[in-house]
Amino acid sequence: MITLNVNGRSRDVDDAPNTPLLYVLRGTLELNGAKFGCGLGQCGACTVVIDGKPVFSCLTPISILQGRKITTLEGLGSEDAPSPLQRAFIEEQAAQCGYCIPGMIMRAHALLTANQSPTDAEIREHMNANLCRCGTHMRILAAINRAAGGMHAAGARAPAKAEEEE
Amino acid sequence: MAFSLLLIVVLGATALFFATHLSIPEDRSQRVFAPDLVRRGGELAALGYCASCHTAENGKPFAGGRPLATPFGTLFGTNITPDPKTGIGLYSQAAFARTMRDGIDRAGRDLYPVFPYNHFTRLTDEDLSALYAFLMTRAAVPAQNPANHLTFPYNVRPLLAGWKLLYLDKNPVPRDQTRSAEWNRGRYLVEALSHCGACHTPRDRLGAEIASQHFDSGEAEDWWAPPLNHKFPSPVSWSEESLFNYLRSWDVGHGGAVGPMAPVVAALATVPEQDVRAIAAYVGATLAKPGESEKRVDEKQPQAAEAHPQGAELYAGICATCHETGGHVPFTVTSLGQHTSIYAPDPRNVIHVVLEGVRPPEGTVGAVMPAFADTLSDAQIADIAAYLRARFSRGGEWQNIEAEIARLRRSTSP
Amino acid sequence: MNAPLFNPSRRDVLAGALVVSFSLRAIPSLAQEQENVSKPPLPGSLKKAPMLDAWIRIDADGSVTVFTGKCEIGQGVKTALIQVAAEELELDPHAIHLVTADTARAANEGFTSGSNSMKDSASAIRNAAAQVREILIGIAAERLGVAADRLRAQSGAIIGPDNRRAAYGDLVAGNVLHVTAQPTSKLKAPDTLKIIGQSLPRIDIPGKVTGGVSYVHDLRLPGMVHARVVRPPSYDARLQSIDTSDAEKMPGVIKVVRDGSFLGILAEREFQAVTAMHALAAAAKWDIATKLPDETNISSIIESLPAEDHVIADKHAESASATRTLQAVYRRPYQMHASIGPSCAVASFDGDALTVWSHAQGMFPLRQAIAEMLRLPEEKVRCIHMEGAGCYGHNGADDAAADAALLASALPGRPVRVQWMREQEHQWEPYGPAMVSRTRASLDAGGNIVDWWYEVRSNTHSTRPPGAGQLIAARHLETPFTPGPPRPGDQPEGAGDRNAVPLYVLSNVRVVHHFVPDMPLRVSALRGLGAYHNIFAIESFMDELAAAAGADAIEFRLRHLKDKRARAVITAAAERFGWSSWQAAKGKGRGFAFACYKNLAAFCAVAVEVNIEHESGHVRLGRAIAAVDSGQAVNPDGIANQIQGGIVQSASWTLYESVHFEPRRILSQDWSTYPILRFGTVPESVDVYVIDAPGEPFLGTGEAAQGPTAAAIANAVANATGVRIRDLPLNSARVKAAIGV
Repeated sequence: MITLNVNGRSRDVDDAPNTPLLYVLRGTLELNGAKFGCGLGQCGACTVVIDGKPVFSCLTPISILQGRKITTLEGLGSEDAPSPLQRAFIEEQAAQCGYCIPGMIMRAHALLTANQSPTDAEIREHMNANLCRCGTHMRILAAINRAAGGMHAAGARAPAKAEEEE
Repeated sequence: MAFSLLLIVVLGATALFFATHLSIPEDRSQRVFAPDLVRRGGELAALGYCASCHTAENGKPFAGGRPLATPFGTLFGTNITPDPKTGIGLYSQAAFARTMRDGIDRAGRDLYPVFPYNHFTRLTDEDLSALYAFLMTRAAVPAQNPANHLTFPYNVRPLLAGWKLLYLDKNPVPRDQTRSAEWNRGRYLVEALSHCGACHTPRDRLGAEIASQHFDSGEAEDWWAPPLNHKFPSPVSWSEESLFNYLRSWDVGHGGAVGPMAPVVAALATVPEQDVRAIAAYVGATLAKPGESEKRVDEKQPQAAEAHPQGAELYAGICATCHETGGHVPFTVTSLGQHTSIYAPDPRNVIHVVLEGVRPPEGTVGAVMPAFADTLSDAQIADIAAYLRARFSRGGEWQNIEAEIARLRRSTSP
Repeated sequence: MNAPLFNPSRRDVLAGALVVSFSLRAIPSLAQEQENVSKPPLPGSLKKAPMLDAWIRIDADGSVTVFTGKCEIGQGVKTALIQVAAEELELDPHAIHLVTADTARAANEGFTSGSNSMKDSASAIRNAAAQVREILIGIAAERLGVAADRLRAQSGAIIGPDNRRAAYGDLVAGNVLHVTAQPTSKLKAPDTLKIIGQSLPRIDIPGKVTGGVSYVHDLRLPGMVHARVVRPPSYDARLQSIDTSDAEKMPGVIKVVRDGSFLGILAEREFQAVTAMHALAAAAKWDIATKLPDETNISSIIESLPAEDHVIADKHAESASATRTLQAVYRRPYQMHASIGPSCAVASFDGDALTVWSHAQGMFPLRQAIAEMLRLPEEKVRCIHMEGAGCYGHNGADDAAADAALLASALPGRPVRVQWMREQEHQWEPYGPAMVSRTRASLDAGGNIVDWWYEVRSNTHSTRPPGAGQLIAARHLETPFTPGPPRPGDQPEGAGDRNAVPLYVLSNVRVVHHFVPDMPLRVSALRGLGAYHNIFAIESFMDELAAAAGADAIEFRLRHLKDKRARAVITAAAERFGWSSWQAAKGKGRGFAFACYKNLAAFCAVAVEVNIEHESGHVRLGRAIAAVDSGQAVNPDGIANQIQGGIVQSASWTLYESVHFEPRRILSQDWSTYPILRFGTVPESVDVYVIDAPGEPFLGTGEAAQGPTAAAIANAVANATGVRIRDLPLNSARVKAAIGV
């Protein structure tokens, strides 16, 4: 039994220690956010945030995750109460099929947590690890920019849920 | 060390008397060249990888600005576009030739040997003319060269005159009549234009290649550059063919180039095939070990797993996903034990790859490996490195792996 | 026609400040139209399913369900269909529940493909909704004793002049909607539209960005098991022998299924299935028969294969004499759908009937194929659409559904989820075919085109079901099914010859489609079919002709174009781009292209800017501007999203993409061997201007940008370098080779 800290909750899982986190999130924990895209660390669809860093969950066995803070898409917000970043994706209508978007949001979340006002070039470089096939890139960039602006402007407000976790 | 420094000061001062360091007048008269000469110059520039040191990351080609870390400080690749103010736009062909052969720029300043004029000095007149024609027909990019960060006394340029007296061998690359024309062609390319020794031959304390240890292994941007001779430590043998494949793109036995060697292979992919075959013939003649072509990777898996259980588990959970599929994942070889880095005297190359990953130029076919800097701790990467070393190499344990990881993290993270 | 340009700024939409001008042109009254036409056809897919309650159901509690035989494939169609229904039913869009393709519930609308969903399904739903509204008004008129023309529908009720109301739910007793649709409907006049034309936020996005069950990949059924298949190393390889005992003993493994060369494994947990799949793959011994052609020589191989010739345009008239003739050959490689999520399906067999959840584009054809494969009556198979990752055509979805069906039938009582691996999707999906076209045209002394000759050579663009033989698994069974004969597709929509006939006004035109039945690689429908290649070729050639005529590229196109809507998108895109004031610079180029998709769907013009790095030949995209006329725009932001995505995706195809193969196997099996565009090199900006056409039919948009983008980029590269490249993709090596040192 391995104990994982997922979205602020302690979860005991009985999967084999070499099981990649992706399968445990989707199977045992029934979380849909992280997606299977390649299993090779080439596309970023499975991106989650671990201790503040974007990580490919398809290549991260749960054996190395004891005691580390795992944040998935579900940990940012919900359909009723989306996080500022999720809200920015909705406001920009930044999805077509949407399959890559959870990974995009998690990678962007890690960036915005570390750097509240990245330049457009910094966003493009940071997001380079994640692939989108529908060509939604421009809206994804707009959503991240919007969230960065929003986070920036909301500097005086209480920190959002997502930021508390980091 | 102290004695060497003293010697150099004395020699340098002496050299001033022999000042050949006059400024060469501006000359912009010749800027139109025969197309064939320019084309050939382009191939030669690729064979000399000029762009790799003279182009900043995401910068304009040949406009300089790339930092080059050396034991003496950080220097920057210069702007070699024909911009008159910041590049080489005022260079006559004679000034260009003096720069390449004597390491003295047009203004008469001595150049640091990080610019490998100790190799370029052996270029033929024809090749220099072609290179000049190529560079002078590039788009002029105004881009000021950043100032070098060198410590005293290395920031005293005139001392370089003394260094040259000690080390600069201007003799042409000799021909060996007992060898094939291809081998001789390869020797010329390797020893002059392609300056392989600049990375693959060890340097002494004054930064000069040690001639007696030619191709015994060296350094490139904090990566280990393996030997190109019989000291090559991996059990996986080379042949001219496998070397050609490796230099051109990828080899099924050895995998592909990473780190500072990656742009070399990218450049060699664009030049005439016979030039790469010539390089493979020359280097292959010293690198290939006849009779060893059947030798396989020597596995000590149970012992390695027992000695490094954490590393074995991490390997199985992460690395094996791609690297133990029998080579079915593109750009993986059958066994990680085929990679030379595992047989290196230190773990830097393995650490570099694990921390930084591998990614090809945008839109091109090539290995993609994710960076694990954010996934794995220093201790975990050290466990993996130690396990790989123990599993495949008989070269003894690597020392201070974790400290090396911490150091490389600091030096490579932005 | 009043066709205002507008920029669908989402900020404006959200603030409720969107300003849209509508044409005041009234639609003809119902009576007039009925006099003129004796029996017009039913609109859209009402032709296939004429009963109104096949499309709209209203329950006694007033809840409204709309049914469509189309499916959401990331194009936002669900939202647009709800808008259309809500408009005519006078309902809040959020009050409508939409059911998409399901063989047990929805009409058979064939495939969700060809940018036809708005034309087929939205037209049907809009007309059905309008007719349902009028039926409800008629019933209410009787019940309330008020003349129908004094009643109006509003928020789920029919309301009279004295504010008496009858709720929809109270009016629908007795199957009143189970009636045949009429050919014409009392559609709301364009100037009264409140929901059509609004950029309603897509209903599926909130769930997708917060981790809802959005895809078939996310479906979890009680007792569900996980499966993987092991595919042969090449198309025709046969399983010679396998010892399955080791795999069967692995943790969680339930069973190994083998039928001929079809091999699958079932396990309790997903990673157990993955691990066992690797063990099974290692144990399998294959006879490798496939002999694929030489990739470097593929276009001459395609040209050497036997072809059926179809003359699809042959028109000759008097014209000025030719003073100059140009000819050219354009080539396209095999290209991939390369969905970001590999195909997935869930199937459940109870010993009698089978249910399959799939992201394939046609549930009814899939049902037929699976029933045939399993030798079940069709009524014993139900196929339900759930979303997958964007498919852009016929990818592995149908095949994954077949895998799930086979494996579920081997384990009755437990639902089976099959997830393809990345390399399986890359290697087994049917690619967009390699194509070659040869073209020749002459100019007169005034720079006008006097004759035009165009021949395109292509494989089929559809190997979809129906037919069990279209499914990979069925071909690998001990008693295999064989695929049906390939079909060339029919004009006017065409397939390999889609958009092969230019929309330009030409006095002498001959266009021939050389249909090549033999398929060296597995191919099928990829977004736009042949239109991508044909528009690339035609619009490249138009630029070559313009240059020969010494004419500006825009002016030259307009010179040969009468269609007002075509001219409008061209002019709009050129103006927004700043075509006439554009400043040339070294290494910088501009390019333009236009097409009316299928010559009957959306009009789309694209202008792009490129910067070429001379030393590497790398093409970097600058600004991209598009203008699109999709007819009556139901959801302008949805249209903009499709066009933006189409531009970026087509840019990736055009600059980078080509399937690699060697004699024994497909080499492109992941993102390292099939690179696509990443964030590092997406355009600086992509702006789309939607030209509304109130009162006009809905025109399909989803595939409209693919061809114009390819040609615009090729034209921009030619403009920047002075060299014309006619072979795709325009990758760095090819551009560098063309521009020289």
